[in-house]
Amino acid sequence: MNSALKIGPYEFKSRLLLGTGKFASLDVQSEAVKRSGAEILTFAIRRLPIDNPDAPNFLETLDLKQFTLLPNTAGAYTAEEAVRIARLAKASGLCDMIKVEVIGDPKTLLPDPIGTLEATKILVDEGFIVLPYTSDDPILARKLQEAGAAAVMPGASPIGSGQGIVNPNNLRFIIEEAKVPVIVDAGIGGPADAALAMELGADAVLLNTAVSGAKDPALMAEAFKLAVQAGRFGYLAGRIPKKRYASASSPAEGMIE
Amino acid sequence: MRLIVNGEEREVAGVATVAELLAAFKLEGKILVVELNKRIIERNAYSETGLSDGDHIEIVHFVGGG
Repeated sequence: MNSALKIGPYEFKSRLLLGTGKFASLDVQSEAVKRSGAEILTFAIRRLPIDNPDAPNFLETLDLKQFTLLPNTAGAYTAEEAVRIARLAKASGLCDMIKVEVIGDPKTLLPDPIGTLEATKILVDEGFIVLPYTSDDPILARKLQEAGAAAVMPGASPIGSGQGIVNPNNLRFIIEEAKVPVIVDAGIGGPADAALAMELGADAVLLNTAVSGAKDPALMAEAFKLAVQAGRFGYLAGRIPKKRYASASSPAEGMIE
Repeated sequence: MRLIVNGEEREVAGVATVAELLAAFKLEGKILVVELNKRIIERNAYSETGLSDGDHIEIVHFVGGG
């Protein structure tokens, strides 16, 4: 019933992946991470501030034995840039999973499908466990899997937009034919969005702004933990179909006259 | 020695290796990765990797991100 989420050689109990960006403080962040139950946390790779090296840093507060780091290639607009960032992340010795993010446009932050596919091929060849952030195009998702991606991560809607799932049809197509986990990533707004993703059959949900931008991030993190579980149970439990007309819940026979 | 560290030109005296540069900046023991002239330097090679005038160094770490 509560089978593990398998990504590459790894297994996880939680189907909620959490981004670590844009939190108001380290304390709020720690609490939110704890309440989310997430085991996989994403990070970005950036220049260390040489003149302020001891500025508070979330990674340094973590017990790395309890979490799996999923660094991203955020900032990359080309496959070459993404590959460079990925190699830097791997050289830390802390992780071999990489979220490939090759962006095509700074306003929409939608992925560049060609750069994403290119970077995925190169990094799979170099032995990375690649989780590409992709559009909800089923053909692209297929090609990413053929290229060796360990999971595919289609966006629900633009990063940080909170719009939720704008194209459930395409997500369904991707989920139906996927041979690797499908992790809905980007644009999740509220718990209902995460529950819907799981009810559609997604294997997991990745979100960041939906928690870090909430008025009470720790409470929202817990809400998402429950939503992902609820959606997963709902999917496994086999919901009723939608009908055009009513179907009475109380019996027709035995009515008094 | 003139080095370009994280995009900024700096005059650093008395450092000959990557290890010494990190020590000069008080970065020993921190979780970071070093790239010298676009080549990633493995941690166990810091003390043997020499620096030259005009070298470009990127020192990166993990920050919050989605």
